[in-house]
Amino acid sequence: MLLLACLGLAVSMFAAISWGAKDMPASDVWAAVFQYNPALTPHQIIHELRLPRVLGAAVVGAAFAVAGALMQGVTRNPLADSGILGINSGATFVVALSFAFWPNLPYSGLMAVSFAGSVLSTVFIFILGSSSPGGMTPMRLTLAGAVVAAMLHSLSSGVAIYYDLNQDLAFWYAGGAAGIKWTHLQLLIPVLLAAMAGAVLIGRPVSLVSLGEETAASLGIDPKRVQVMAMALAVVLAGVSVSAVGAIGFVGLVIPHISRKLIGVDYRFIIPLSAVLGSVLLVLADLAARMVNPPKELAIGIMVAMVGVPFFLYLARRERRSLS
Amino acid sequence: MNGSQTSREKRAWRVGLILAVICAAAVLVSLNTGTIRMPPASVIRTFLGMGTPDDKMVLFDFRLPRILITMLAGIALGMSGAILQGLSRNALADPGILGLHAGAAFGLMIYVSFFQTMEGPVSLWIPLFTFMGGVLTAALIVLLAYDRHRGVLPVRLILIGIAVAAGFSAVTLFFSLRLEDTTYAFTSRWLLGSVWGRDWVHVAALLPWVAVLVPYALSQSRSLNAFTLGDELAVGIGTDVGRKRLLLLAAAVGLSSAGVAMAGGVGFIGLVAPHLARRLVGPMHQHFLPIAGMLGLVILVVADTVGRSLFQPNAIPAGIVVAAVGAPYFLYLLVRAK
Repeated sequence: MLLLACLGLAVSMFAAISWGAKDMPASDVWAAVFQYNPALTPHQIIHELRLPRVLGAAVVGAAFAVAGALMQGVTRNPLADSGILGINSGATFVVALSFAFWPNLPYSGLMAVSFAGSVLSTVFIFILGSSSPGGMTPMRLTLAGAVVAAMLHSLSSGVAIYYDLNQDLAFWYAGGAAGIKWTHLQLLIPVLLAAMAGAVLIGRPVSLVSLGEETAASLGIDPKRVQVMAMALAVVLAGVSVSAVGAIGFVGLVIPHISRKLIGVDYRFIIPLSAVLGSVLLVLADLAARMVNPPKELAIGIMVAMVGVPFFLYLARRERRSLS
Repeated sequence: MNGSQTSREKRAWRVGLILAVICAAAVLVSLNTGTIRMPPASVIRTFLGMGTPDDKMVLFDFRLPRILITMLAGIALGMSGAILQGLSRNALADPGILGLHAGAAFGLMIYVSFFQTMEGPVSLWIPLFTFMGGVLTAALIVLLAYDRHRGVLPVRLILIGIAVAAGFSAVTLFFSLRLEDTTYAFTSRWLLGSVWGRDWVHVAALLPWVAVLVPYALSQSRSLNAFTLGDELAVGIGTDVGRKRLLLLAAAVGLSSAGVAMAGGVGFIGLVAPHLARRLVGPMHQHFLPIAGMLGLVILVVADTVGRSLFQPNAIPAGIVVAAVGAPYFLYLLVRAK
């Protein structure tokens, strides 16, 4: 299954590189990737524009999906997703602030800032969710996340309007992989890959916790520690990804569910499969965003939402007992 | 029972009077602020027909239509939230959270995409379009939240509302990216909740909705009381549950959509105003519906004034000011709710 998914990823990346405002034959793509010749224009387009963009979409899609899988695993909340739980909006808000006050921040700084924002909003939401008398039900967490997201979105827009940076931020909010450069990828890929490797390593304890905290404890695993570690990794993955492509929701919601359907309940396999499928989804969404109305581009976030919203509705209708 | 009823009624009148004074004060202060300052004394003098021609022009052509729109929209949003909370027996119901704003925004986007004009008598159509968007969303949400065996489940209603709102926002964003730049700038501000209506024709577009639906809602406060007790009891008292619920839901959607049409996607007023009202005058709808409307008015007028006057030179839309205060209030309610 994993191999099949990898094959799918390779094909979709190849397609995404060759189709666009200017279509390239597959042979050109192959040549440009493996025998790069800077003198040829198609090679330059592929190397400077398409390749970083597609790689970026792939790695970020994987990161969002793994973050969603981790969160769904340790909170046993079928609706957990970095967009729905407000992690993305925390990152966006802090990025808006940094655009306003430090307009010339280098990319590494932006990444750190965005990460800090996502940590803050996550901690805030979880404190809210757990401090209530009834405990933290999925429903309550989702609501708190939605409202914190709404508030931070409107504050970000307020900052943007006040400091006249609406254009920059609109791009961020809707999400887009067009701005990814090689220099970004140099930082992005190692950090995200390391975090994903960490996620795979804690796959076994995560799947035990997902069966129930008592079960995990009786097998000699400290559920609290696993939860904290998994959430920390999820926040790194989501926060860093937001710094690159903006707030894209629903990837982390849809993909882990599909992986679970395909491969069972073991998170040692769910996590890698989610990563690959997340890449496929985002690469295709990016391709679709470019192809719908060329040469103009649509935000990826919209494309993903078109898939994610019906899926969310389906989940909310089906899981009626576990939610309230 | 009878004794407490009259004392409640007295209390409602007292609170209503105090609020009326606060409303008047807020409106006067709001009329007073802006690029040309007008002291309250000259505002009153101009109203009585003794002002200078300059004052007259500023007041009657610029300030008054805008403040009237803000007032009417505030009332509409506050009342709509109160009706929704009564109908759904859910203290967290709010037209914004339930996705009605997103639907209304979708309606406006359709209008802007195909008619492309915000001026003149055509703008009378805007509330109609937002209303259709709102109705569409409401129908979709109720349909999706409906369970064959247990009716509409409040929990699911809100979750579905969040998702439907996200879906409509995505579609709206899709349309908005196809607009030309100036219309796009307008709509992006509008979506955040900025009072944009400036002309008397906009007042005329909003007024009928409020003038018809508010008295209707007030006249139905007894049925709303019955709904709060639960469907079985409401049937027992003799309320035609199905039809009444549909009519009241339509009224709530109409009010919020009309308010949104002129004041933008201001969230949280429909949540906060009814809550405060219930705290002040108790749970009987005939008492707290009007109070909720007045509180909505005060909140929107104050938020608009703050957004315009404290943040210079780039005024902040009222919706952002409301969200900055309303969202923490919602979270507080959420944490306290069992």
